[in-house]
Amino acid sequence: MEFLIGIIGKDFVLVAADTTAVISINIFKVDEDKSRDLNKHIIMLYSGEPGDAVNFAEYIQRNVRFYGIKNGIELNPKAAATFTRRELAQSLRSRKPYSVNVLIAGYDITKTTPHLYWIDYLGTSVEAPYVAHGYGAYYTTSFLDKHHHPDLTFEEAKILIKKCIDEIKHRLILNLPEFKIKVVDKDGIREVVI
Amino acid sequence: MEGSYDRALTVFSPDGHLFQVEYALEAVRKGTCAVGVRGEDCVVLGVEKKTVLKLQDPRTIRKIVMLDDHVCMAFAGLSADARVLVNKARVECQSHRLTVEDPVTIEYITHYIATIQQSGGVRPFGISTLIIGFDPNDKIPRLYQTDPSGIYSAWKANSIGRSSKTVREFLEKNYKEGLSKDETIKLAVKSLLEVVQTGAKNIEIAVVTADSVKNLEIEEVEAIVLPISNLPN
Repeated sequence: MEFLIGIIGKDFVLVAADTTAVISINIFKVDEDKSRDLNKHIIMLYSGEPGDAVNFAEYIQRNVRFYGIKNGIELNPKAAATFTRRELAQSLRSRKPYSVNVLIAGYDITKTTPHLYWIDYLGTSVEAPYVAHGYGAYYTTSFLDKHHHPDLTFEEAKILIKKCIDEIKHRLILNLPEFKIKVVDKDGIREVVI
Repeated sequence: MEGSYDRALTVFSPDGHLFQVEYALEAVRKGTCAVGVRGEDCVVLGVEKKTVLKLQDPRTIRKIVMLDDHVCMAFAGLSADARVLVNKARVECQSHRLTVEDPVTIEYITHYIATIQQSGGVRPFGISTLIIGFDPNDKIPRLYQTDPSGIYSAWKANSIGRSSKTVREFLEKNYKEGLSKDETIKLAVKSLLEVVQTGAKNIEIAVVTADSVKNLEIEEVEAIVLPISNLPN
């Protein structure tokens, strides 16, 4: 039901998540932030079983922060994604697996490159230039196949993500009225208003 | 027979001493000196660093460590023991954030460290610590000390380790309320210079304000040390 999307641009990653908190057939609120900052340059968007998702995201967040403080150097996006994937893969083989899907978007400050990872509850991890979780992915991936290119500017990416969101509001039978959009680049993580 | 009372941490001597704890305090007294000074809106840690061997990587020897984004700690005594304690404290800092969504208060993490130091059954940690920082959403600088017996206490300025008595007396003489950031750093450096002969390259300084933690570069420490050491005593 939920929808997460990420698009890599020239030197940034733009991500968005719907903000509806749904339990069963009830909408509880429409301003839920479904993301956690893992460190200054990595953000994780999550969807799935509500309790599981927050719990898992904060567990990863605290572990990534711990790594940074312990070693005096922060994890890069790839390492954070690998760690997250492994935690989900281990959880899958436990008595009570997390049913959580996540996107990890980050900016590698040493290589100065943006990165985006799509990770699902089965422990699948894919690095790709544009990815999405949820039913909305069926509409947006094909759309981005056509319009995404590697040198995407920030302005272009904003237009693309706006169009993706409009498409979902238009086609999906579910009601997803609000989205929170954020960008990760060399300066860190910021919210973007479109 | 006094000798047989110093084996176990759990056995008092007839005159009420725990010898293992006192031996641990002795290890602290042999350790490198560390000072902490509270200013008006900042708090400073300074430590004496042993000279790094010619082929050693100086970055791998840290005497001031971060426990969380807003907490710093310095120690005197056995570095090996400190490493274990620091790791436990760091885990607790993140664990605290995970359970109550707030960063630890300085007193909380001090209490936690003191509790570990006091826990029985194993030999005491051979270190004293100075813990500095700011509580979340608070403007008051904090400085705490813990020691191997598990006591912890709050201070305006204090020192631990080798010659700490000399340094403490210096601080008692020279401490004033409401020190500015520069004055606080200067007082910390000055008090350390009472016992560190070799100057800036053997001093490590960390400055914590309500919104930042900064380790001074060697050039910055030198800039403070030079005018002080040139003064006639």
